Amino acid sequence: MDWKERIRDPKMECASLDEIRTLQGKKLVDLVNRVYGVVPFYTRKMKELGVEPGDIRGIEDITKLPYTTKEDLRDNYPFGLVAVPEKDVARVQGSSGTTGKLTIAAYSKNDVDLWAECVARCLTMAGLTNEDRIHVCYGYGLFTGGMGIDEGARALGATAIPMSAGNTQRQMMCMEDFGATAFACTPSYALHLAESMAEAGVVDRLKIKAGIHGAEPWTEEMRRKIESILHINCFDIYGLCEVLGPGVAQDCIHHKGLHIHHDHFFPEILNPADQSPCAEGELGELTFTTLSKEAMPLIRYRTKDLTSISYGTCDCGRTLPRISKFKGRTDDMKVIRGVNVFPTQVETALLKMGGEVAPHYLMIVDRENNMDTLTVMVEVDERFFSDEIRQLDALKKKIGAVLKQALGISVIVKLVEPKTIERSEGKAKRVIDRRNLV
Amino acid sequence: MTMTIKQLSVFLENRSGRLDEVLDVLGNNGVNIVALSLADTSDYGMLRMIVSDPKKGREVLKTNGITAMLTDVVALRVPHATGSLAKAMHEIVEGGVNVEYMYAFANGADASAVIKSDDPGKVVELLRSSGFDVWKEDEAYHANIMK
Repeated sequence: MDWKERIRDPKMECASLDEIRTLQGKKLVDLVNRVYGVVPFYTRKMKELGVEPGDIRGIEDITKLPYTTKEDLRDNYPFGLVAVPEKDVARVQGSSGTTGKLTIAAYSKNDVDLWAECVARCLTMAGLTNEDRIHVCYGYGLFTGGMGIDEGARALGATAIPMSAGNTQRQMMCMEDFGATAFACTPSYALHLAESMAEAGVVDRLKIKAGIHGAEPWTEEMRRKIESILHINCFDIYGLCEVLGPGVAQDCIHHKGLHIHHDHFFPEILNPADQSPCAEGELGELTFTTLSKEAMPLIRYRTKDLTSISYGTCDCGRTLPRISKFKGRTDDMKVIRGVNVFPTQVETALLKMGGEVAPHYLMIVDRENNMDTLTVMVEVDERFFSDEIRQLDALKKKIGAVLKQALGISVIVKLVEPKTIERSEGKAKRVIDRRNLV
Repeated sequence: MTMTIKQLSVFLENRSGRLDEVLDVLGNNGVNIVALSLADTSDYGMLRMIVSDPKKGREVLKTNGITAMLTDVVALRVPHATGSLAKAMHEIVEGGVNVEYMYAFANGADASAVIKSDDPGKVVELLRSSGFDVWKEDEAYHANIMK
């Protein structure tokens, strides 16, 4: 595939670290002044630490500021952290659109433009221009995947084809008929699509040259596999709705880590044990301060994603710092088909069933035909066992519905006998991830 | 002596050797199996049995970590005549009772059918009032054992 290196905003993407540090400092001072007093959460947090806006004079002062966690977002759900008049909120997006653990983010009109611009930088990083047609098969909705790429395509001046997720046959037909030159979806769906297209024998008729994939962890092997089936280049895009959605970072053709747009998002890597700053290349928790966002800016937001960072100019010419592929999570959260799933959600849902099932369960995350699957093994309470398959199937269905409601994804339920799931002292092993992602 | 009998039902997890394990436990503890039905679903099996000592059967399985339960069922004696099972079924349906499942077992003189319904007592009543006979507990549990 022909490849031409393009950089959308060389002034920022190739700036010297000193220049950026100055810009980041200015933006941080402005941010702190903006939120202090307006967002009671930050006022209280800063007072607790004895910090005043005047104490923040440059980016190096960031360590004086408090952290923000996902729990803080939930505690202040939905608009408690909004720093602009509510009428200036132009868009609301959320993580995975599930009940229970929903976290949302509010965006002003400028924030949406910022998002579009960041995605446009990523699309450019993937070699795309205003002549491209981008087939978006991420879901559209509260989930940021679909809207994010769509906005990015608009900013780039490219054509967006808003397919949303599902219906592989139709995806293949439209991809061919509309002459899509790029597509965006989760990596597991990308591989599934690629294999389906190979099977249908349509690969040679496609004009696809790039794939933009994120929202779940994936390996280099998987990238190479998709690339070899479709004869394209694939890129790893990263983001989270709280911070922006896709477009916070992405890798370039050299695949030497994901470039963070650090003029807008200041990254820190913290030692998970004591939150001390990690050295370059050292594994830790990625933490972001949003320097440019208006509606819901976040200070030192703990992503719980484990990665390492490296500075220095990339072969592509960008000076943007790069984060390594994610090594996992600081907590037990699993990302399944782009949806965040916590074992505690399963527990809560099972407990709500009122004794029909024991709160003993085991989650098995697998990847079958390149799609993530979640199997939940549930112990049925002895009193609710039945000799009638109809009754057990009804119970199984009910558990399935309760879990789908709680998690936002379909679950394979397997009923098991009471007391057969291994008990452990202390922290129970609730999740087995068989996807073998590195 | 009630006219319904106890069936021993066992939930079988879908893993190799599980059925073997259950039968072993019963055999080693002197519990004889008179009749048996095994229903399979995609992820578990349901083993239903008429045994010589249902209570003991349940207990020995439980001590071996196997979930078993006792269910009231009716064991119909089906005369060796064409249409007799159909006639019995007809009586049950007419009586407004739903049959959940059924399986058959053989003994010397008759054919026999184990019937699980939502109202076992009524099934006995319906069958007996229309001239059918059902197994009593002590007979059923010891049917077909060579003296």
